[in-house]
Amino acid sequence: MDFSFLSEPAFSGGGTYFDWVLTGIKWTMLVSLCAWVIAFTVGSVLGILRTTNVIWLRGPATAYVELFRNIPLLVHMFIWYFVMPEMVPKALGTWMKTGMPMPEFWSAVFALGFYTASRVAEQVRSGIQSIPRGQTNAALATGLTMPQVYRHVLLPMGYRIVVPPLTSEFLTIFKNSSVALTIGVLELTAQARTISEYTFRTFEIFTLATVVYVVITLAVVVLMQYVETRIRVPGYIGTGR
Amino acid sequence: MFTGFDFDVIQRSLPYLWQGMQFTLGLTLLAMASGIVLGTLLALMRLSGIKAMSVPAAGYVNLLRSTPAILVIFWFYFLVPIAIKHISGDSYAQGIGPFHSALIAFTMFEAAYYCEIIRAGIQSVPAGQVNAAYALGLNYWQATLQIVLPQAFRNMVPILLTQSIILFQDTSLVYVVGLTDFMGAASKVAQRDGRLVEMYLFAALVYFILCFIGSYFVKRLQQRITPPR
Amino acid sequence: MAMIEFKNVSKWYGKFQVLKDCTTNVEKGEVIVVCGPSGSGKSTLIKCVNGLEPFQQGELMVNGQSVGSKETNLPKLRAKIGMVFQNFELFPHMSVIANLNLAQVKVLGRSEAEATEKSRALLTRVGLIDHAPKFPGQLSGGQQQRVAIARALAMDPIAMLFDEPTSALDPEMINEVLDVMVELAQEGMTMMVVTHEMGFARKVANRVIFMDRGEIVDDASKDDFFGTTRSERVQLFLSKILHH
Repeated sequence: MDFSFLSEPAFSGGGTYFDWVLTGIKWTMLVSLCAWVIAFTVGSVLGILRTTNVIWLRGPATAYVELFRNIPLLVHMFIWYFVMPEMVPKALGTWMKTGMPMPEFWSAVFALGFYTASRVAEQVRSGIQSIPRGQTNAALATGLTMPQVYRHVLLPMGYRIVVPPLTSEFLTIFKNSSVALTIGVLELTAQARTISEYTFRTFEIFTLATVVYVVITLAVVVLMQYVETRIRVPGYIGTGR
Repeated sequence: MFTGFDFDVIQRSLPYLWQGMQFTLGLTLLAMASGIVLGTLLALMRLSGIKAMSVPAAGYVNLLRSTPAILVIFWFYFLVPIAIKHISGDSYAQGIGPFHSALIAFTMFEAAYYCEIIRAGIQSVPAGQVNAAYALGLNYWQATLQIVLPQAFRNMVPILLTQSIILFQDTSLVYVVGLTDFMGAASKVAQRDGRLVEMYLFAALVYFILCFIGSYFVKRLQQRITPPR
Repeated sequence: MAMIEFKNVSKWYGKFQVLKDCTTNVEKGEVIVVCGPSGSGKSTLIKCVNGLEPFQQGELMVNGQSVGSKETNLPKLRAKIGMVFQNFELFPHMSVIANLNLAQVKVLGRSEAEATEKSRALLTRVGLIDHAPKFPGQLSGGQQQRVAIARALAMDPIAMLFDEPTSALDPEMINEVLDVMVELAQEGMTMMVVTHEMGFARKVANRVIFMDRGEIVDDASKDDFFGTTRSERVQLFLSKILHH
């Protein structure tokens, strides 16, 4: 393997191919993190709504989850990028096509964020539902109202339970950010392909990209294991008893 | 909202879209079958207790699970022709065609995910079952094939099917190497006729209906397998 | 006026009737033991008292308020009725003292300092003051249940409900919990206790209610219940639980 091509001046843009790789990493991180903000907030709200016994809160949340998780991410990308500007009022659509800064980036963020929200919602829901019914009863029996029961009992426990599955959802978002290349976001996988086309150093550049993905994945896993030990409840093992 | 749209384009291109769907379904089913076989082997290796087997299997699974599907597709599109030339010793050897390259890529990719499901399934079979099988004089393969795997698969079927629905969705990513699966066909028609809105909404609808029905049946199956508490 | 008054309460899960026309009452200061085979509806019966289980027919008055009525402010009513559960149901992510403080602060509006003072007094009373900063998972079952009783008492309840408080405990821990309950009863607390601990019933109960298949089969003073004129079903049940 010979990685010396990385320091060669790139075909365009003034920098080296290594700069292209760095740009790719930057966009991968930006798309992932922005999408995660949407996925986590929207997914949390939906997941919590799905655990309530109020049908007109639970119903729409369930419909959202079913609709979004049953359509491939690639289709989400195309719909946000190609279809959305045609579906909104004309003035807004024109702005989205001509005036909006970084339309590929924002389409990718929205597509990935709202798609992953449906998966996050399922994790949050099952986390909350894994808390024994007796906990809710005990909290209600002391006179807490249902919102207080969520605030002080169900959510603090539920979020501790879902840290591991949410970590893996974040890693999924991070890997799925590569689908953004289909609408022209030059993230890491896209850069790797482009560099391979210009330099024919396919093996080296794919290896480098793969190593970057693996290293970031490992870093996230280690970080989240630390978070898990920090929030661990003393004496409490698993979710059952 | 839909004025100025031409939904006839869908009807005109139905035969072409159906060809794409056959590609998608074929790829999904074959990758699922071979992915489960490979995944089972990987799971048995990981659980073998023999370092020379479990370490490479774990390494493979973790590597594939931390790499994006698209990058894996690119990898195998690059590696498969090289491997074929290497194996056949003929530097002008013909490729094996895009369908088979995609099949290999998805088999290798999904096997890592199936492996983890199957590993958990095998671990859920009580150790006493294996001991009882050995006590009756069965050897490793007899115990595994006759006693452990049947029980493990019984518990795993819903999760394996759910993973296969994800695989069905993931096959749309062959778009990145220009193959004409269902999504590829839809997008080619969309580009050719300038009917992006109609075709992409139609594609979304088709995927939604198929996946929704699929997950509905998985849920039903799950309820039948796990007795209500 | 009785503290708790059931009038022909019936409840269904779908088509299955879990409570059939239950009528009884608990006077202020009375200790009522509810027993019966598993699935007889006894837990459901006491969960109706603080509205944890809704019922479809009949009327249930607690401290002059109708539990089934839409106008009743359930959280307010529940704050006055303490409850202790089979599985303790302490909140695992909170320290023992925080478990006791939570509802005092959030429901009664006590200051954190007031609540802590009250909590410490109650923990001292149940003999667990040294465990105040620990988490529930670090305590034994018997200790957890005593904390749960203290948590209920922290709200200054007018009555206490116990739902099989000792049935999840190892045998050697049952007495430490029963001792706290006997003490409470002797102080005049109004109590409704679902339990199979007939020793407890003999010691402090005023009346014993026997349930079977959702019905109150027997509702008698302690002396009558443990006397000789009981129905066959009660006899059979008593002989089963007394002989192991």
